[in-house]
Amino acid sequence: MPESKGRFGIHGGQYIPETLMNAVIELERAYDHYKNDPDFNRELTELFNSYAGRPSLLYYAEKLTRELGGAKIYLKREDLNHTGSHKINNVLGQALLAKKMGKTRLIAETGAGQHGVATATAAALLDMECVVFMGEEDTKRQALNVYRMKLLGSEVIPVRTGTATLKDAVSEAMREWTSRIDDTHYCLGSVMGPHPFPTIVRDFQAVISREARAQILEAEGRLPDAVIACVGGGSNAIGSFYHFIPDESVKLIGCEAAGRGIDTFETAATVNTGRLGIFHGMKSYFCQDEYGQIAPVYSISAGLDYPGIGPEHAHLHDIGRAEYVPVTDEAAVNAFEYLSRTEGIIPAIESAHAVAYAMKLAPTLDKDKIIIITISGRGDKDCAAIARYRGEDIYE
Amino acid sequence: MSNIRAAFENGKAFIPFITCGDPDLETTGRVVRAAAEAGADLIELGIPFSDPTAEGPVIQGANIRALAGGVTTDKIFSFVAELRRDVKIPLVFMTYANVVYSYDPERFMARCCETGVDGVILPDVPYEEKDEFSAVARQYGIDMISLVAPTSADRIAMISRDADGFIYIVSSLGVTGVRSEITTNIGDIVKVVRENTSVPCAVGFGISKPEQAAAMAAQSDGAIVGSAIIRIIEQYGTEAAPHVYEYVKAMKDAVRGV
Repeated sequence: MPESKGRFGIHGGQYIPETLMNAVIELERAYDHYKNDPDFNRELTELFNSYAGRPSLLYYAEKLTRELGGAKIYLKREDLNHTGSHKINNVLGQALLAKKMGKTRLIAETGAGQHGVATATAAALLDMECVVFMGEEDTKRQALNVYRMKLLGSEVIPVRTGTATLKDAVSEAMREWTSRIDDTHYCLGSVMGPHPFPTIVRDFQAVISREARAQILEAEGRLPDAVIACVGGGSNAIGSFYHFIPDESVKLIGCEAAGRGIDTFETAATVNTGRLGIFHGMKSYFCQDEYGQIAPVYSISAGLDYPGIGPEHAHLHDIGRAEYVPVTDEAAVNAFEYLSRTEGIIPAIESAHAVAYAMKLAPTLDKDKIIIITISGRGDKDCAAIARYRGEDIYE
Repeated sequence: MSNIRAAFENGKAFIPFITCGDPDLETTGRVVRAAAEAGADLIELGIPFSDPTAEGPVIQGANIRALAGGVTTDKIFSFVAELRRDVKIPLVFMTYANVVYSYDPERFMARCCETGVDGVILPDVPYEEKDEFSAVARQYGIDMISLVAPTSADRIAMISRDADGFIYIVSSLGVTGVRSEITTNIGDIVKVVRENTSVPCAVGFGISKPEQAAAMAAQSDGAIVGSAIIRIIEQYGTEAAPHVYEYVKAMKDAVRGV
């Protein structure tokens, strides 16, 4: 009797070509071994601390708190990590695991370029070959990150199929993995895809909430009332939520990219506009038409411009443990500018979606409430695009 | 058991793949009939999917053209019902899990049964996930076709034991598309398949020339060709049928007696 693995409620599973099955089984076995291996964990912690700059700060945003006039706001500063985002947490874990498995080559998909840059960085550090697939549309939106990846010694392959964005980059990386498995590890960048990826990526990203939980207890002597993070595939969000899931008093809020609004077709808000489906190796919620054709989603943020959501998030939504709210381009851009002005912190446009929702929520809460916003990445990469959004052309 | 076994009773089988609605269903109708007249033993009908992750550029192109032309799962079911008035050879759908899942597997298999489709191939549904589809497929007498790949190793026996219809042996790593050379030892895979099932097996991925098809069919029960046929349709568009006829005839002649 066949047994489906890697389920979160009804979601997850392994919907992939037979050609890849032994590769994911091998990966699962290796991960099950190394996750409990003290040497592996010591090496990873060493990389986290001495290379990536962990633990990341939990910063009390006093000015932001004062201006919004409600709940006390802390920022979990993943933007301060080496390479500028939370993506490095997962990548160091997977690259180290791949190396232990004897793989010499990493492939990755990237949307905003943050995961691509992180993978290129780990490959450079660990002497591995690296090829990054990036939607052609995104290579234009994020030209600086394309240059960074090349500078780090990686090859960047622009993907021209479909909508030429993140989902197509994932499809193309999967196709590449099917053709070259022996020496290659697919370093998937989010809590999505076939089992065991959603679990592996979540475990490596869970460092965010492990630190944040200890840091807030240290600073305030109590748990926060809400944790807010942006969600595309959902890796920084699941990392931010994970160790708070058993703490039922802590509200977990994922901010989806609503693009031009959830009542338009130009949106990427999966939980709010999608329905149950099977794609990219997993059962979860997807933006799709009545015949199951995947919808061409849209968001100003290349990193959230994805038609699906990780299976564990889909499950947290089903059981009501986490709430997923839509945030428009306009609200995110306003938050991008507001946080820059208020705290001198330029967040990634992805993270700005979380900031935007917090700006709405904080004033409605009493001053003795506490919220943590995960700033998943820094916004340098987005400056040109936001300037364009505001009608200003800047030349680098 | 479905009608599929009949496809393997006329010498080694030749199995063409055709994407429904590329460039339109009228053309697909003419192409399918031409292939059947030319000796195709079974036809794989592709229901297009927006993001076909197991396909190379040629079949991806067919999917895009078909969807751009407005084809839908419902239109394809009506098309097959019409096709069944005169096309008697087994027909098998090839599509992706989400197309069936979003239609509702039960409703999908019921429609297959009603319209005369014999089997379904879902390249993104491996052995571990197949129950969700095969349990209901069996109720309607539809065969869920299992795939075996060059990397399947110790999985071949398990997959074969649970196989219905025929087994699709993937000749090479990677996605669909024409290859100049196939290096996998097909004979070794077929040996394990035969030890575990009496269901026939055919080889696909990478085959385009008559001598390749003959070589693959010699080691198995048939050869499957997709991209090479899609290229003909891409080149000749609505006028593709006679060209597909010539191609299928040559391929069937090459495999029949091996």
